Amino acid sequence: MKRVEAVIKPFKLEDVKDALAEIGVTGMTVSEVKGYGRQKGHSELYRGAEYVVDFLPKIKMEMVVSEDMVEQTTNTIVEAARTGKIGDGKIFVSDIEKIIRIRTGEEDNEAI
Amino acid sequence: MKKWLVALLLALPSLVLAEDTLDTGDTAWMMMSTALVLLMTPAGLALFYGGMTRSKNVLNTYAMVFGAFVVAFIVWIVAGYSIAFGTAESATVQNVMGGFGNVLLHGIKWTDLSGTYPTYVFVAFQGTFAAITVAIASGSVIERIKFSTWLVFVAIWGLVVYAPVAHMVWGGDGALLFDAGALDFAGGTVVHMNGGLAGLVLAILVGKRTGYPKSAMKPASVMLTALGAAILWFGWYGFNAGSAFGANAIAGVALLTTTIATAVAAITWMLAEWIVYKKPTLLGIATGAVSGLVAITPAAGFVSVGGAFVVGIVGTLFAFWGVTVLKKKLGYDDSLDAFGVHFLAGLFGALATGLLAVKDNDLLWDGPLKASGDRMGQFIVQVESVIVVGLFTLVGTVVVYYIATALTGGARVDEESESMGLDESVHGEKYINS
Repeated sequence: MKRVEAVIKPFKLEDVKDALAEIGVTGMTVSEVKGYGRQKGHSELYRGAEYVVDFLPKIKMEMVVSEDMVEQTTNTIVEAARTGKIGDGKIFVSDIEKIIRIRTGEEDNEAI
Repeated sequence: MKKWLVALLLALPSLVLAEDTLDTGDTAWMMMSTALVLLMTPAGLALFYGGMTRSKNVLNTYAMVFGAFVVAFIVWIVAGYSIAFGTAESATVQNVMGGFGNVLLHGIKWTDLSGTYPTYVFVAFQGTFAAITVAIASGSVIERIKFSTWLVFVAIWGLVVYAPVAHMVWGGDGALLFDAGALDFAGGTVVHMNGGLAGLVLAILVGKRTGYPKSAMKPASVMLTALGAAILWFGWYGFNAGSAFGANAIAGVALLTTTIATAVAAITWMLAEWIVYKKPTLLGIATGAVSGLVAITPAAGFVSVGGAFVVGIVGTLFAFWGVTVLKKKLGYDDSLDAFGVHFLAGLFGALATGLLAVKDNDLLWDGPLKASGDRMGQFIVQVESVIVVGLFTLVGTVVVYYIATALTGGARVDEESESMGLDESVHGEKYINS
């Protein structure tokens, strides 16, 4: 079992979600986050006062998939989230030790 | 604003009729104008300012404006009206203030007329001017002044600064600047220079906000500010066209010049920003509109269509320079630019009125221009009125600030309250509960 975390551009959320649903990813957790990488921030202008905003709004999506699904999942995210411009985001993959579905008590792969 | 004069002009064609008869059209327009000017403060200015405040202080800013309106209006009824529009027995006193003969509206009957409409309506109409003037100053000291200090300041300032200034300019025969022949149609000196300068004085005395100008202080909602500007504009028809004191052709002049100057001022600010900062901001369009409204206020009933264009364009460039250049140079924290927008555009409007007023004695008030076509003399009177009002406001505001501070035990909130935000620490409320 692997956890796939992807930080993407907010307007790509719908595309990525639909593409993942198509390949059979059954659930995910999404949060609105702020951060910066190579893209850095942007500037805002109020009555001539220019503010540099370091952190940009991004979407972080987390999902847990079985080993055999990892590559397909990351490929799908890359394909759906890519614009080719700086700031498209990153994907992180890590191990998961245990999963429990609270309603039934099912564990691990059965609980994904 | 010279009610006697306007009444006289209106009476001219109908001298055969008795003087001072109530005109229902004028009465209806003046009551409507009162409501329009009221809307400018607890809706227009409050949203305009509230939207520009950081989200942790939005309600406090709104409450400062709303609170200023209600306190200043009551103070106006108690003694402000008497000081501004009463008549003092001593000629020396009458120069500066009207005395206390009409305290609590003593001696004014409901049947009394101010020209062609009830004096009671005149009292309420003028009260809304008194209230917005001090509310304008709040923009300079948001996010740090104590609410109690502010309300006490408002109450005293309404009597000690606003009422005498209104008297000097609009108080009728014997009043200093009225006698000199100053032209201020709806309050360029009385309202905007006055309120804007009081704001600057407060900003310097209260001090900067913690973190200014290093940390980003971003407006909670530019959209609320733009909506506030639109409501101000709407209400300003009562302010300017209402200052013709009747439903008449002079009101029509003011209505048109106000609209022209405001629209062209919004365009001017937008273009200036587009050229200098490469982006046309909504905040800039809204600010430009308001500075145009301010600039045309003293000139509204006096200038031609061409004059309105000049007043709107140049007045806004003055304000733009004040907000984007002067403020940074001098380093004061005039947080929402009450000085930059209201004082500077008001100052320009007051002076420009002397230069651009049409030589048409049906429009002009008594003064050098009307008497003998002496434009230079008129301009000097305008300069004199600007200096007298400026000095009076400057000194008066300092005095009132120290009294209010002494009465409330310090003018500033403590550091912890400031960093938490005044909505929670002062009012126990939140702008948005999600």
